[in-house]
Amino acid sequence: MMETSVDAVASPVSGRHANESVLRVEELHKYYQMGDNKVHALRGVNVEINRGEFVAIMGASGSGKSTFMNILGCLDKPSAGRYLLEGIDVAGLDKTQLAGIRNRKIGFVFQGFNLLSRTTALENTELPTLYARLDKEERRARALESLRLVGLAERTDHFPSQLSGGQQQRVAIARALVNRPSILLADEPTGNLDSRTSVEVMEIFQTLNDQGLTIILVTHETDIANFARRSIVFRDGTIRRDEMIPRRSVAAELIKTMPTLED
Amino acid sequence: MDLLSTLQIALRALLRNKMRSILTMLGIIIGVGAVIAMIGIGQGADQTVQKQIATLGSNMLFISSGSATGGGLRMGNGSTKTLLEADIVAITRECPAVVAAAPGVQTSAQIVYEGDNWGTRVVGTTPEYFDIRTWDFASGTSFTRDDVTNAANVAVIGETVRKNLFPSTEAVGKKIRIGNLPFLVVGVLIAKGQSAALSEDQDDTIIAPLTTVQKKMTGQPWLRFAMVSASSRSSSYVAQQQIKALLRDRHRIRAGQPDDFAVRNLADIADVASEASKVMTVLLGSIGGVSLFVGGLGIMNIMLVSVTERTREIGIRIAIGATEGDVQKQFLLEAIAISLLGGVIGILTGVGASFIISSTAGWPIAVSTTAILIAALVSIAIGIFFGYYPAQKAARLDPIEALRYE
Repeated sequence: MMETSVDAVASPVSGRHANESVLRVEELHKYYQMGDNKVHALRGVNVEINRGEFVAIMGASGSGKSTFMNILGCLDKPSAGRYLLEGIDVAGLDKTQLAGIRNRKIGFVFQGFNLLSRTTALENTELPTLYARLDKEERRARALESLRLVGLAERTDHFPSQLSGGQQQRVAIARALVNRPSILLADEPTGNLDSRTSVEVMEIFQTLNDQGLTIILVTHETDIANFARRSIVFRDGTIRRDEMIPRRSVAAELIKTMPTLED
Repeated sequence: MDLLSTLQIALRALLRNKMRSILTMLGIIIGVGAVIAMIGIGQGADQTVQKQIATLGSNMLFISSGSATGGGLRMGNGSTKTLLEADIVAITRECPAVVAAAPGVQTSAQIVYEGDNWGTRVVGTTPEYFDIRTWDFASGTSFTRDDVTNAANVAVIGETVRKNLFPSTEAVGKKIRIGNLPFLVVGVLIAKGQSAALSEDQDDTIIAPLTTVQKKMTGQPWLRFAMVSASSRSSSYVAQQQIKALLRDRHRIRAGQPDDFAVRNLADIADVASEASKVMTVLLGSIGGVSLFVGGLGIMNIMLVSVTERTREIGIRIAIGATEGDVQKQFLLEAIAISLLGGVIGILTGVGASFIISSTAGWPIAVSTTAILIAALVSIAIGIFFGYYPAQKAARLDPIEALRYE
């Protein structure tokens, strides 16, 4: 259906070139019809994100950042404007092709983890490979590799109910990585986590980013955004500010200063 | 996603809600079970009736005097006196499709042997009667042609009569009284059992030479009925036409005038009986069909509930790359799994029920493999038909809404 950027490289995130555009949006608009009111959620957004970037998208609720994320994740379509993902104009794709994009080019991490209950960590991680129609051995191997990457190789047979919030989110990250996507979209990934666990999750993100993975992180917490390299602030459907973060936090160092919570 | 993985997911979803899955299946189980049992019972009853009709005799036609058909109420007494022994002789001689014919008269009388007595039907006929009805002797023999010529006081008794008058002794050679006349028992017939077609106990009878009954008991020279054997089952209809034509000619019935006799073809009786049981089968089968439909609605209902309950799961699946087809296939397969599993259990239940019912009713067991095959296919079809809409609904969910769903 489409060419996959996944090459025969062992690590899911390495082997990519920097300063190459992964996604570009031009004059992106989105309108919603809410009863009689027409809501203008995005009013001309222009942005380009290169491979290997770690971008934090910030903004108050209603600023349009969630709409922007949904469009980037191919869960929603823009009303006007162009969205190019690895050079492909997403607007021209049909539903099945969009499903393929979500499956292979985008990894999702949600605030609520969104794991399937009564399904083991390994099976949850494997899920996207099922839809990618990989064969059984390949599926198993990739899922194990992904779980190892987030440090959960020992917990493959646990159900979500047997895992802590941080561990569940790590399973979700493993699931997002399993098809070796071009970008990782994380929507408030630390929203349901305590501060130490949040930093642990950010440490995973920074490690993955250091290996070359492009990450787009939506958050409204400034200290979480500070783990990224670049921040984009939305307000009223437009980009208000787009700048590099001068002194970003390094999770691996920060975590050493935090007390371990024992209960 | 490949079919095997989809099937695994579907089965797991069903196992997750065991109670609900079983209750949903129940509609299909009852429906399929009812259809299988009803068709089995219907066919068993039909086979029984056919077998009973066959006991009346091979390729048999039954001629009766008077207005046996049509008028209905005029039946009785042998209201016409026109059917004579000469007619029967003529039939044997002139109708090519007829192999043998036996004239008959009938009356009822009290039979006395020593201290016991028993009221029964007395039939007067010729020895051909036993051949036509393919009726063998348990002991003794038939009376002879000479006995008929001489109007001898000899009789053949049926099993029911023997049981009542000779419960423990040999009947052949004994003297009995029929009415006031003394008779010698020369033979005992084997049991034929209840006849569904004639609704009478065929064994509750005593058979004597035609002339003896006519001259010494009824005093009437005409016949009440005659039994005719056609050369084959297929020729019985031809025989019927030949007999009709011959009798109308002999009785000088003008065109347009009704017959003063009736010829019934055993094949016709069998067809009527079989038609009746077919109607029963269709009727009972449609009741089962209705419950199948209701069962299907139950599946649709539960699948819709399931889609709503699992909105979030569906959202996750779509977000990570499930196509509409993947989601649809998953829910469709779940519906098919429920109804097919219900169908299989229903088939087993239905077969079990038909075994129990036919063994209590003493019918032959008739479980048709066609019915089982159709039931299996129908349950798959029900799964597809009633699962399609919920599956479609799941596949069309908006992933953003679905992920937000609590």
